[in-house]
Amino acid sequence: MTTATLQAAPQPRPLTKPTYLADGKTIRSWLLTTDHKRIAILYMISITLFFFIGGAAATMMRLELLTPQGDLVTSETYNKLFTIHGVVMVWFFLIPSIPTVLGNFLVPLMIGARDVAFPKLNLASWYLFMAGGAFAVFSIITGGVDTGWTFYTPYSSTYANGHVIAMATGIFIAGFGSIATGLNFIVTIHKMRAPGLTWFRLPMFIWTIYTTSLILVLATPVLAITLTLMALERAFGVGIFNPAMGGDPLLFQHLFWFYSHPAVYIMILPGMGVVSELIPCFARKQMFGYRFVAYATVAIGVFGFLVWGHHMFVSSQSIYAGMIFSILSFAVSVPSAIKVFNWTATLYKGSIRFQTPMLYALGFVGLFTIGGLTGLFLACLAVDVHVHDTYFVIAHFHYIMVGGMVMGYLGGLHFWWPKITGRLYPERLAKLSAVTIFLGFNLTFFPQFILGYLGMPRRYPVYAPEFQVLNVFSTAGASILAVGYVLPLAYLLWSLRWGRVAGPNPWQATGLEWTTSSPPPTDNFEKTPIVTEGPYAYDAQAAEAELEAGHA
Amino acid sequence: MNEPSARTYLFTGIALLAFLGLTIAAAYVNLGPLNTGVAMAISFAKGALIVLFFMHIRYSKPILWVFVGAGFFWLGIMLVLAMSDYMSRGWN
Ligand SMILES: [Cu+2]
Repeated sequence: MTTATLQAAPQPRPLTKPTYLADGKTIRSWLLTTDHKRIAILYMISITLFFFIGGAAATMMRLELLTPQGDLVTSETYNKLFTIHGVVMVWFFLIPSIPTVLGNFLVPLMIGARDVAFPKLNLASWYLFMAGGAFAVFSIITGGVDTGWTFYTPYSSTYANGHVIAMATGIFIAGFGSIATGLNFIVTIHKMRAPGLTWFRLPMFIWTIYTTSLILVLATPVLAITLTLMALERAFGVGIFNPAMGGDPLLFQHLFWFYSHPAVYIMILPGMGVVSELIPCFARKQMFGYRFVAYATVAIGVFGFLVWGHHMFVSSQSIYAGMIFSILSFAVSVPSAIKVFNWTATLYKGSIRFQTPMLYALGFVGLFTIGGLTGLFLACLAVDVHVHDTYFVIAHFHYIMVGGMVMGYLGGLHFWWPKITGRLYPERLAKLSAVTIFLGFNLTFFPQFILGYLGMPRRYPVYAPEFQVLNVFSTAGASILAVGYVLPLAYLLWSLRWGRVAGPNPWQATGLEWTTSSPPPTDNFEKTPIVTEGPYAYDAQAAEAELEAGHA
Repeated sequence: MNEPSARTYLFTGIALLAFLGLTIAAAYVNLGPLNTGVAMAISFAKGALIVLFFMHIRYSKPILWVFVGAGFFWLGIMLVLAMSDYMSRGWN
């Protein structure tokens, strides 16, 4: 469990240990690995593939929406496209993205451990994820599903055509992968921290992964049960949700959103964790109010379970329940705002460097704030009646998911890429793509706020002609966004071979992961590190003095 | 931590089967408003047996009790807030 056993035996050791990448070159050595770092790479490749499947569906939708008529695809195909986009992006990209790629790679490194607590279970999680993905892809290529990613009953359980059960089975199986990953991280963080690494010395990324893992373990089983009940009703006619059979359709929505609202925090909390690492490093400052940010993280995780009814304000849910859910939804914005204020305060009097990861982090803060504030509009009962099921909702959650979460993932990927691969990427090109993504994103989604406010409903390929101009803006933005996403794919792959060698700590960052070589050896550390201070021991004044000396 | 014996597993299994029989029997008797309560009580007893013996919680450290308690507390959140909808629908 620890590296202490390594030093005990005085065997002759090779001077430089092979990196985890060089430790076995065969396909077999990858597919049967229990090394958390290699499993992270497996996830990275898999979710990138799923991202492009989900992205392809989005591209088709944006092309269709260039004109008010339904001229590219039929309404039925359009229904299938947005279902593919939602299911693949939510369960096969966003939810796994930061926890399984950066989390798997970094959690043991950041806490000074050799691996996660259950390395074999970790590999099994990836196989579950891939098996789930295989079901989802099967259901897509054999005709697709047109229920939307929410599978609302009784449509999904009674009337929908297509492979609803296959798709649900895929999500069900992948869910078990999520649960196992969450469990693994919880035990790892409890039991395997290096000597001296107390809870309040943990990097904020670990706090967010810990909270995310709790949500994964507590919420995902409910999703599994809900989808099973839906499948039971569909396959065997057991009356649970269909009113014609004595069921209650709102019960499905309660159960579904009991999972799916916390799932929003599964997606966004790890992004917040990444940003909490990037901002202190590139402002060369201690994090402002570290403990408050840690408490806010846990508070978001807990409050996130109390607000699901805000998805059901116009569903004939009791108005009194709606009021409770509305108030609680306002409450959850408090810890989120604490985080934004603390990041901002961390920047104050910092020695700020605008390197690529920092551009993503700042983008995250701005876009997440817009997404969060428009969430308050939606949490307001009366306003929600007007904008419910319009593009306002689409814009709101894309600001959180894409503007927040994907920016966080890309920022983290750029920050830890030198650690993961040992290579640096071309900085200018990377900055260019970060700016491209920011601009493309806003051009895509800001017009959708206006469209929604004006009343354009979501999930239709045909719309009123007066909405065309804003839709053309949105589609144009999407194509810029696509360029921004393909660029990193190209130059990151390029850097694997031709990038400059990074060295152990190219950003002069604090944190245990930067004390080992890049890429790290299979066992992570030569000997178990001992921690004697808190995280983010940066000194902005010294950094400024150094900069001035450099320029003089 | 002493591990449960094979006998314990056997008795727990038999008790679960007995409760299963009780569930089926209760389904044939109309207890009026008590129907749901009785079914719930039986299933709660079954769940408790599984958690305590099959999942070894009876033999585990306090921290695991905390995690189990948190799980049930979260289940409680789901039930209470969902019921807040069902109970108050007729109010207007
Ligand atoms: Cu929500």
